[in-house]
Amino acid sequence: MRKVYSRIDSIVGNVINVNAEGVRYGELAVVSSRYGDSLAEVIRMRGNEVSLQVYNGGRGISTGDEVRFTGHPMQVSFSDNLLGRIFDGSGQPRDNGPQLTDNLIEIGGPSVNPAKRIIPRNMIRTGIPMIDLFNTLVESQKLPIFSVSGEPYNPLLARIAMQAEVDVIILGGIGLKHDDYLYFKDTLENGGALSRTIMFVHTASDPVVEALLVPDISLAVSEKFALEGKRVLVLLTDMTNFADAMKEIAITQEQVPSNRGYPGDLYSQLASRYEKAVDFEGAGSITILGVTTMPGDDVTHPVPDNTGYITEGQYYLRNGRIEPFGSLSRLKQQVNDKTRNDHRAVMDGMIKLYAAYKESQEKKSMGFRMSEWDDKLLKYGTLFERQMMDLSVNIPLEEALDRGWQIMAECFEPQETGLKSELISSFWPKEKAEEASA
Amino acid sequence: MTTGNVVAINGNMVSVSVKGDVSMNEVGYIKVEDKRLKAEVIRVRADQAELQVFEDTKGVSVGDEVEFTAELLAVELGPGLLSTVCDGLQNPLPELAEQAGFFLQRGLYLKALDRSRKWTFTPSVAEGDTLAAGDEVGSVPEGIFRHRIMVPFGWRGSFTVTSIKAEGDYTIDETVAEVTDEDGNTRSITMVFEWPVKRAIDAYAERQRPEEPMVTKVRIIDTFLPVARGGTYCIPGPFGAGKTVLQQITSRNADVDIVIIAACGERAGEVVETLREFPELIDPKTGKSLMERTVIICNTSSMPVAAREASVYTAVTIAEYYRQMGLNVLLLADSTSRWAQAMREMSGRLEEIPGEEAFPAYLESVIAAFYERAGVVRLRNGETGSVTIGGTVSPAGGNFEEPVTQATLKVVGAFHGLSRARSDARKYPSIDPMDSWSKYPSLVDLQMVEYARDILEKGDEVGQMMKVVGEEGTALADYILFQKGEFLDAVYLQQNAFDPVDAAVGVDRQRHVFDILFRILGSKLRIDSKEKARTFFYNLRQKFIDYNGAEWESDDFNSLESEIVKMLEDVSDGLEPNAEQAYNKRGSNA
Ligand SMILES: Nc1ncnc2c1ncn2[C@@H]1O[C@H](COP(=O)(O)OP(=O)(O)O)[C@@H](O)[C@H]1O
Ligand SMILES: [Mg+2]
Repeated sequence: MRKVYSRIDSIVGNVINVNAEGVRYGELAVVSSRYGDSLAEVIRMRGNEVSLQVYNGGRGISTGDEVRFTGHPMQVSFSDNLLGRIFDGSGQPRDNGPQLTDNLIEIGGPSVNPAKRIIPRNMIRTGIPMIDLFNTLVESQKLPIFSVSGEPYNPLLARIAMQAEVDVIILGGIGLKHDDYLYFKDTLENGGALSRTIMFVHTASDPVVEALLVPDISLAVSEKFALEGKRVLVLLTDMTNFADAMKEIAITQEQVPSNRGYPGDLYSQLASRYEKAVDFEGAGSITILGVTTMPGDDVTHPVPDNTGYITEGQYYLRNGRIEPFGSLSRLKQQVNDKTRNDHRAVMDGMIKLYAAYKESQEKKSMGFRMSEWDDKLLKYGTLFERQMMDLSVNIPLEEALDRGWQIMAECFEPQETGLKSELISSFWPKEKAEEASA
Repeated sequence: MTTGNVVAINGNMVSVSVKGDVSMNEVGYIKVEDKRLKAEVIRVRADQAELQVFEDTKGVSVGDEVEFTAELLAVELGPGLLSTVCDGLQNPLPELAEQAGFFLQRGLYLKALDRSRKWTFTPSVAEGDTLAAGDEVGSVPEGIFRHRIMVPFGWRGSFTVTSIKAEGDYTIDETVAEVTDEDGNTRSITMVFEWPVKRAIDAYAERQRPEEPMVTKVRIIDTFLPVARGGTYCIPGPFGAGKTVLQQITSRNADVDIVIIAACGERAGEVVETLREFPELIDPKTGKSLMERTVIICNTSSMPVAAREASVYTAVTIAEYYRQMGLNVLLLADSTSRWAQAMREMSGRLEEIPGEEAFPAYLESVIAAFYERAGVVRLRNGETGSVTIGGTVSPAGGNFEEPVTQATLKVVGAFHGLSRARSDARKYPSIDPMDSWSKYPSLVDLQMVEYARDILEKGDEVGQMMKVVGEEGTALADYILFQKGEFLDAVYLQQNAFDPVDAAVGVDRQRHVFDILFRILGSKLRIDSKEKARTFFYNLRQKFIDYNGAEWESDDFNSLESEIVKMLEDVSDGLEPNAEQAYNKRGSNA
């Protein structure tokens, strides 16, 4: 039996101090207050003074409450029984299902040995040209959607989840609005995907410390499924809430902030989660799609900034469209040479032309006379936005490539595209060329 | 042996009450359950020491025993380092995986070098010879290199050889020579010894000025922003601007003997690409796989932070070791900001007074001391060796006005600043040709480079003006200048890293192509309208891109070149006077 302590020496924010012996770093305790039991984790020790972070928060805790150490760190049950279930951030059922206690696994486990990783090789098809053609998503990639509140990032996440060929979907909701939680639930249910989905949901009204647990719990479970050979897609929304929870806790603990109040280890903390994305040789994989809302629509804000340095690219969702600038899939080159031989060239060429279009558009808005070239670009930009960027477009990659050539041929002479002559001779649409010269 | 007990734990910092002597940067082991966790002393106050633990501290308890080793954090130096892949503390990752499977296991430490492998040793000294630290006692072949077996760098004074092994096969732990020191004590020399990573190896005669170019086969670098062997350079840039890709292509193509890759606190996936691809890639210079000239120190972002701090030192120590064999070594560190952040995390736990953005006050001097470990040295046997250091910097918010970038810019010899605007426009490598600088000499004629740079600047000015006054408000001559600048950018500064030919452009080709480019940039053009100028440059650009993609000196290359020259001659009235002057004097300032 583990020792029970009935004296709490101090309560600061969500952290309590207890005088205790034989405690281990990272150990879990149960704090019983008149509002019920809460889990708490050892985060600092000096002599017999043990500091614990209380998952349900410090509110209402009394110095006379009981603290019982469990002798183990935070754990979660793992089995197929998880499928179709909904839990909160500390792994307690949120649906009406039974509590699961079999086969407990630790969360926040060690990193994969880089020598055991393999080069990602499978494209994940989404039917969205701005992804499939321009920034291909790859199995085992970690990639956030950069956006601002009001944008349809959760519907986009749900759409990709429904369209992607994966075995298990794990939704980690952090500070999720209740409406959004219901939206995910309904969409997955209507799409018949609920039975292969597990949700760990922390909503905006839940205790802040629990927000910290959601990524770890989601990823620990994902890891086990992946080791069993499953292709797992993890959706984490919204990781800015996760970072803000860390900030809030660091500040109450009087840590020296590094940048706008965020702790100096923000990068390492985010990285240890995102780096769980992996393709296990001979087993399954974990792909992480996150949402990072940018406070003030500022990509240099510490959360999107640190995230961008960690993840393998990002999709910018702005005005309901995935922006070609700033959006990036760093793994695209692992797969886009195996799709069609014009894929890379169309991808680069069309973006360069779109950049030129933006310049012409700017000139136009300043009232300059448009040259013949500017007019071509303006036409191009409009077609590109309507036929490629619009999120309602849902076509396979090959069709998107053909459409790309069509758009270019409708606007330009072949040599104006900057594409290699060899590709032009095999892909430039013949009818369009005749139409144009006629 | 000094021992102690844990008295406090805060993340990966553990305070220990020490019984006996302890030194700064000494290694200690914390005994927890059945494991021993490696840690380094980072502060000593009276009988309490603070240790940064190179592992997750979960499960550590107050009272746990600590053993101190009396040794500073060190790496093993000896044959067999090449083509290894280690973590920041030099544990070989493939061997760890063999023992522990998919995941890293804390408390598992393995020797970096193979103990059973035999090396063919050839002695180069005789009994009675006198030696000092760093002198050669013999050599073994390691791949294509002659790996020198040396008197350990830390030995002080002079030594007389009393016995030396005959040519034959030995393991690294076997004694190959015995020597007596000045006091008559006998010491044995094996093929392996340790060196504390945080001290620079100084067993050389003198340091020299870095002057010889280190060719990267990236045009914008070698021609406009060169790096010298033994020099230092940095690549700051926002995320996604191309720092890692630039280092990856440099690690393949750089004209050096050995490349040390320090993957410091960034993505594991990026190292895997190198790890899986290098064994398959043939180095055209040696005909062997690229892996045979490469050492990878890999402490990626989810690996323990304290080991990340150590990893850059591990890497530079191995670089210095091979330099002692008269070799040219390139160390690529991606990213030095993650190393600086590791220092910041620890400084915070030590509750030191924070400097700007909470970095420790000693940030600048630590960065300066790291880059100081680059250099060209003349060894005591007259040969020279070099360590070149290139580090990426990941500035918060992509803003170069931050402590790590600023501290780095103060000490390096070249600055390759990556620009978000260029990478957004897919202009790779996205080195900003205007803001970046280099203090090292170029591959091509200096005056011609200056002329080209001038075109770029003036063209850019015209471009800026045009945004205000429009194309119609721009004079034809200025418009042509603008087109020339754009052309230079498109066909020379930009280079496709994923094109098999364009990815790596050797010295001869760079000089040759720059010559043609210069003649285009320097020409007076007989073009009478902006529309015609635009069409001319677009067509020329198209040809030039095809030309860049053609195999060097192939038929295709030659015929495309003739077409380009013909296109130019059709509209050229010869060179502008100052271009002509630079061209005629070319070679005199190379
Ligand atoms: N030289 C290049 N040529 C082509 N594409 C590049 C080049 N450099 C970078 N890229 C593109 O940009 C992406 C990000 O580059 P990376 O080097 O990973 O950026 P950083 O390290 O600065 O975050 C790559 O995945 C690739 O798609
Ligand atoms: Mg990078």
